[in-house]
Amino acid sequence: MDESYLVKKSNLVRKKILGIIFRAGSGHPGGSLSAVEIGTALFFHILNHDPKNPCLPERDRFILSKGHAAPLLYVLLQESGYFPEQWLETFRELNSPLQGHPSSIKCPGIEISTGSLGQGLSICCGIALGNRQKNLNCYAFTLLGDGELDEGQVWEAAMFASHFKLSNVIAFIDRNGLQIDGTTEKIMALEPLSEKWKSFGWDVHTINGHSFADIIMSVDNAKKSPKPSVIIANTIKGKGVSFMENNASWHGKAPNKIEYELAMKELILSINT
Amino acid sequence: MKLPYNKGDVVPVRDGYGKALLQLGINNSDVLVLDADLAKSTRSDWFAQNYPLRFFDVGIAEQNMVGVASGLSLTGHIPFITTYSVFVTGRAFDQIRNTVCFSNLNVKIVGSHSGLSVGPDGGSHQCLEDIALMNVLPNMTVLCPCDANEAYIMTLWAADFEGPVYIRLAREATEVIVTENYSSQPGRAVFFNKGKDGYVISHSVIGSNVSKAIEILEKEGLFLSHVNFSTIKPLDICFLESIAHENLPVFIIEEHFLSGSLTSIIATWSALNKPIKIHSLNLNDTFGESGSPNELYDKYGFTPEKIASYIENMINR
Repeated sequence: MDESYLVKKSNLVRKKILGIIFRAGSGHPGGSLSAVEIGTALFFHILNHDPKNPCLPERDRFILSKGHAAPLLYVLLQESGYFPEQWLETFRELNSPLQGHPSSIKCPGIEISTGSLGQGLSICCGIALGNRQKNLNCYAFTLLGDGELDEGQVWEAAMFASHFKLSNVIAFIDRNGLQIDGTTEKIMALEPLSEKWKSFGWDVHTINGHSFADIIMSVDNAKKSPKPSVIIANTIKGKGVSFMENNASWHGKAPNKIEYELAMKELILSINT
Repeated sequence: MKLPYNKGDVVPVRDGYGKALLQLGINNSDVLVLDADLAKSTRSDWFAQNYPLRFFDVGIAEQNMVGVASGLSLTGHIPFITTYSVFVTGRAFDQIRNTVCFSNLNVKIVGSHSGLSVGPDGGSHQCLEDIALMNVLPNMTVLCPCDANEAYIMTLWAADFEGPVYIRLAREATEVIVTENYSSQPGRAVFFNKGKDGYVISHSVIGSNVSKAIEILEKEGLFLSHVNFSTIKPLDICFLESIAHENLPVFIIEEHFLSGSLTSIIATWSALNKPIKIHSLNLNDTFGESGSPNELYDKYGFTPEKIASYIENMINR
């Protein structure tokens, strides 16, 4: 692992995320920024994928279950080479391939449309099962928000994955502790979260979701497990921009010009120190 | 096409689905079947017995079933998911809308036990809104076979068609009316017989009672065409245009709420395009209830005799 490469890349990803949300005047910065290291590690180190051959059957798949983190996904796809950089400027505009939430019909590299929460893990299970039916030795990854775990379908899928022994499913939970109306523990308590997943028959890894070493090691371990694996990644919502960090009000609004410039200044400083 | 049943056989429409799955087991290795703990009832069990490695019971979890099927479709499989229509189209509507149809996935959704003829299980189980729910979705094809033979034809067709399909089945054994001469492919309304005094349009299993009603009316000197309108979506506009200029009464008989029904779909087309004089027998803003299928048909006016007298009264009014 080239950690300094990933750190630099993640800083660039953060800047581009804020750039497209600022330009669009709307979007979801908080939950995009919290998962930057997870996304960067996946797209630039972990996933077996080829942007020039996006339909290779033996590719690893990534499903963004928390579809509102679309800015993160778009920047990762563009930086990987799935589409030209100019497309980023059209985010959320009329006729843009980069819809407010990911649309697989409109944009290359997106496996399936998401946006309605709670569905990605089921889709991931279907991909994992389908690949196993075809004896394809690859992985299905998904990224869920922690607030998203309120949806009952997630737990239907959790039962399904362990019942059918889908060891090729690896689910990240972006455990930033905040949902729109407040903290996850105040709105709909999730803890003890690790025990919940264990009791559903999953291997559970709890990590620092901003540490590339943690992310990559947990995936390596997950790949060795005979069970489906969940990686509870403790993160900070809005990570990287001080005034957005741990503030639920930045879940779904764009920064104004002053805020954007302040945020960019912080991000530029953080990579130079 | 060789069909599994003979005209006049009395078999549940879901049996035709089960037979088609067995055929797909042989012909199409991409086909996988999922059920939500109702496999015996929906007949997906027949496939499970013969192709256990291609069948998955997901338990009583319809929303997950739709998601899993979506993922399977992304890996090149053709998943057929089966459960009662009320549970899949209602409970898993968001999954069908936002995952299957929004991504235009090759998922086949088969809802058994639609209509009043579910019988004693009562209103909670009698799905009378599935057409409304599925027809409204972009990318969806909606098929309502009239008998077991047509269910067989439509299931095989759905496997070859790329895109989301909803197939509406029913529980009760009904008379087979589709024969091997029936050459229609899904997408076209088809005449079972032709008459000069008007049209009777039906879909789903009430078609056999409509056939009998038309025979009763013939004895009274009224001759009506019976049109099997088993593809709800895409709407057969050619057929509607062909009958619009004739100014004959059109009767639509369906076990479905009026709202969102084929009647409402045709009425909308007609209001926007060409006038058609429509009469409709359906359930207007009321749930079903327990009773034997025949008792329910009698109470709500769907026996052959009651359909015939409704049509006669409307024509003579």
